[in-house]
Amino acid sequence: MSAFAYLRFMADVALLLRRAGFGPTAAELAAATQTGYGPTVSGLFAPVGPDVGATDAPMPKLGLDPFARLLTPTPAQTEKAHAQRKSQLELISRWWLDRMVVAHHQAVEKLQFFWQGHWATKVGSAQLMLGQHKALRNSRDFVEMAHRMVGDRALVYWLDGQHNKKNAPNENLARELCELFLLGIGRYTEKDVKEAARALTGYRVALDKEELVFDPQHHDNGAKTILGKTADFNPRGLVDLLLKQPACPRFIATRLWYRYASSSEPVPEGVREAMAAQFPRPMAMLRALFEDEAFAETRGTMVKQPVEWFVGALRQLGLRPVRLKPEEFTRLYWALESLGQRPFAPPSVGGWPAGTAWLTSAAANVKLAIAKQLADLVDPSRLTPEDVAYLLCVDKWTDRTYAVLRGVREPRLLLTLGLVSPEYQVT
Amino acid sequence: MDALTRRRFLLASGVTGAGALAAGSLGLGFYELLKKSNGAPTAHHDPKLVLVTLYGGNDGLNTVVPYADPAYHSARPELAYAPEEALHLDDALGLNPALPGLKRLWDEKRLAIVLGVGYPKPDRSHFRSMDIWQSASPTGPVNTGWIGRWLDGTKAPVETAVSFEPVLPPLLVGRTRVGACVSYRGLTVPSWINAETVAALGHGEQGEPAMQARAAAAYADLISMERVVREAGNVSHAPDAGDAPEAPATGTGGDSALAAQLALVTRCVEAGVPTRVYSVSLGGFDTHASERVGQEYLFRQLDAAMTDFVTRMARTEAGRRVVVVVYSEFGRRVRANASDGTDHGTAGPVLVLGAGVTGGFYGEQPSLTDLDDGDLKATVDFREVFGTVLDSVLQADPAQYIDGYKGVSLPFIPPS
Repeated sequence: MSAFAYLRFMADVALLLRRAGFGPTAAELAAATQTGYGPTVSGLFAPVGPDVGATDAPMPKLGLDPFARLLTPTPAQTEKAHAQRKSQLELISRWWLDRMVVAHHQAVEKLQFFWQGHWATKVGSAQLMLGQHKALRNSRDFVEMAHRMVGDRALVYWLDGQHNKKNAPNENLARELCELFLLGIGRYTEKDVKEAARALTGYRVALDKEELVFDPQHHDNGAKTILGKTADFNPRGLVDLLLKQPACPRFIATRLWYRYASSSEPVPEGVREAMAAQFPRPMAMLRALFEDEAFAETRGTMVKQPVEWFVGALRQLGLRPVRLKPEEFTRLYWALESLGQRPFAPPSVGGWPAGTAWLTSAAANVKLAIAKQLADLVDPSRLTPEDVAYLLCVDKWTDRTYAVLRGVREPRLLLTLGLVSPEYQVT
Repeated sequence: MDALTRRRFLLASGVTGAGALAAGSLGLGFYELLKKSNGAPTAHHDPKLVLVTLYGGNDGLNTVVPYADPAYHSARPELAYAPEEALHLDDALGLNPALPGLKRLWDEKRLAIVLGVGYPKPDRSHFRSMDIWQSASPTGPVNTGWIGRWLDGTKAPVETAVSFEPVLPPLLVGRTRVGACVSYRGLTVPSWINAETVAALGHGEQGEPAMQARAAAAYADLISMERVVREAGNVSHAPDAGDAPEAPATGTGGDSALAAQLALVTRCVEAGVPTRVYSVSLGGFDTHASERVGQEYLFRQLDAAMTDFVTRMARTEAGRRVVVVVYSEFGRRVRANASDGTDHGTAGPVLVLGAGVTGGFYGEQPSLTDLDDGDLKATVDFREVFGTVLDSVLQADPAQYIDGYKGVSLPFIPPS
C-alpha cells in the first residue's frame, strides 16, 4: 500500500468508527486499523457475545412513578413528586450516558440513540421513559419495535393516545405513525390518518400498570379503510399494514442515512435500495450503508450532535458519568440542555435537529465551558498538538487550528481547544 | 429520495436548498448587521416587513372568536369562549381574552385581521403545510421561499432579509441568494480564555468542508456578539436610547423568546440597518390537548411582545414604516376532540399590524356549518395576503414572485 493509500485507509476506518459509534479511543482506532475495514464493519454490526463493557453499567431500578399512588395529591405532595421525577430523569440520563461510554458494542449503543430520536418522546415520568428505552433495546428488529411502540406507554401518552376515543378521535398518534415513524410524508392520505386514528381508540396509560389499559367501550370496532384495505383494524393490524407498505423500508433507510451518512446530501437510490433490502434488520441495513462506497464520500458533511460530541470526549479522556461528583454531573447535564440535547428530552416529536442547527455562537460558548470542565478532570502531562490529535482521533489539524494549538503551553487548555476545534465537531 | 422528502430533510437540517451558498451567509453576526446601518435615521426609510410565524398550527377560532355563533359553542362546548369572555371587535367576532393589547391596537385602528386565510387542498402535516406557506407554492414543492425569490429578483445583499430564529427558515431561501440567520443567545466569552485565541479558531480555511467552516464561524460570531453587547449603548440611534431594549446576552428560555427576537428587530430598525425583511417566530401552538391553558399562555407572550413592539415602532419615523404579519401553518378542526384540544385543521386569520396599517376586518369569516369534512373552507387565498405585502411593503410586483397570484389586492396597507 502506498503512503497515500494507507492514510486514506486510516481515515476511512476512523470515519467508520466515528459514525458507527460515539467516537473511538486511540486504542480502538489502532485495533481497527490492524483488523481492516471489512472485518471492523462485521465486528460492529454483528458483535459476538454479551457486551462485557456494558455489564459495568447496570440499569437503575426506579420503583413506581412518584405520582402513581397519589390520587388526590396536596400541593406539597405534587411539588415533591415533581422534584422526584426530575431527579429520576437525571439518574436514568446519567446511567444511559455512562453506558454509551463504557459499552464495547458501540454500534448497538449508537443505534439505540438513533431510535430514541426516531420515536422522539418526552414525558415527565422516568419510569415511562425507561420503559420505552427497554422496549427499543429489546426489539429484535423493526417489526417488533413498531408493534412495541404503538403499545408503549410513553409514546401513547406523549401523542395524546389516552384521549383517543371512539366518540371523539384524537389523530395525533395516528398521524405521526404515518408521517414520522413508519412511512414518511406523502405516502398516505388525510382519510388514512382519520381511519388509522379509529384503529387506535380505547387505550390509556395508568402509571401503576406496566401495560396500556384497554377500555373496550371507547374502542371503535367498525370497519376502517386504510391505504385501500378495509378491515376492523386494531393497533396490531394497523402497524402490520403500515409495515407492509413498500414506502416503509425506504423511509427507514432514508432516516438512517440522514443520521449516519449525511444530513445535507440525499441518499443515493442504489444505497437506499441496498439498505431497504435488509429491512427489517437495522444492523444489516447499516452494514449495507457502511459497505457502500458512497459512504466515504460523505466525509465532512455531518456535525456531531451534542451527545455524540460529549460521549466521545468522555471516552477519549477516560471519564465516566457515574464516577463524577453528583454536582459535577448535574452541571454537565444541564449544559447538554443548553446545547439543545438533553437525553430523554427531544424538542418535539420530529426529533433532534441536524447539521448547522448545532453550530450557533451560543453553542460554541457552551462547548467551551463543557470542554474546560472535562479537561479539568484529567491530569495530562506535557502535550503537543500532535498528541491531542492522537488522543481525540482527529485525522489532521488545519493550519488555523495548528497555529492556535502551537501557541498554547498549558496541557489542559490544549485539550480544551482540541475538543472545541472545528475539526473535532464535524465528521 | 423524492423531491418532497429531500426538501423536508433539508428543511429540518437547516441548510435548505442553499448548499455552498449558505455556509458564508449564515455566518453573519448581529454586530456585522448593525455595522451596516446607514447611521442616518432621518434619511428616507424603506418600508420594512416583520413576519411572525406561529409554529404548530394556531387555533384561529379561539383567536378571533365567533362568539355570537351558536355553532361555535355546540362544536366545542368545553373549549369555546362565552360571549362575555371574548373581547368584542364587532357584534359577531371577538379576540381571545388573553389578547387585550391587540384589542387596544384594534381600537386604535392599527390592527387588520384577514379572515379565513388558507390555500386549496389543505395539507394537515405541520411540515408540509409550513412549507406551502413559506414557499407560497401550494401546487407542488419548490426549493425557494417567496422572500428568497424576491431576494433573487432584486439581487439583494445578505443583510436584506434576516432571521433571528435558531434555524434559517425556508422562507428566506432563494435560488442564488439566501437571507441571514443571526444568532443571539449565549454571548459572553468566558474569562479563562483569551478572546484572541477564540477569534483565531474562527477563521475559515481554504478547502475545509462547509460544515467545518461553519463550526469555525460560530467562534467569529461569538466574538462579534460580545462586542455588540459591550458597545450596546453606542449603536442605537433611537431618540430615547436610554430605554432601548437590551440585546439579550444570555439564554432567554428557548426558541419561544419572541420578545427577545423583537428586541433585536427594534435595535436594528432604530439604528437604521437596511434590512427589509425580518423573520421571527413563536412555537408551541400544536394544542391537541388542554388547549385553553396552552394557547392562552402563548397568547400572553404574543400579546405583550407584539403590543410593546408596535407601540415602540410608532415612536420613530423608521418604525412607522414597519408592517408586522402574523400567520400559522394551519388553523385547527372546528370540533374539539375528547382531550379538550383540537386536531389539525385548515383556514385561520392572519393579523397585520403597524402604524401605517388600515385597521379592520378583511375577507370573510368562514361558515361553521358549511364545512369541508369537518374543516373550515378558506375564503381568502394566502397568496393574496403575501401578494399585498410584496406590493405595498416591498414595492415589488407580486406576480413575479408568487405563482398563481390573482391580483386581488387587499387594501390593509394604503399605497405610500
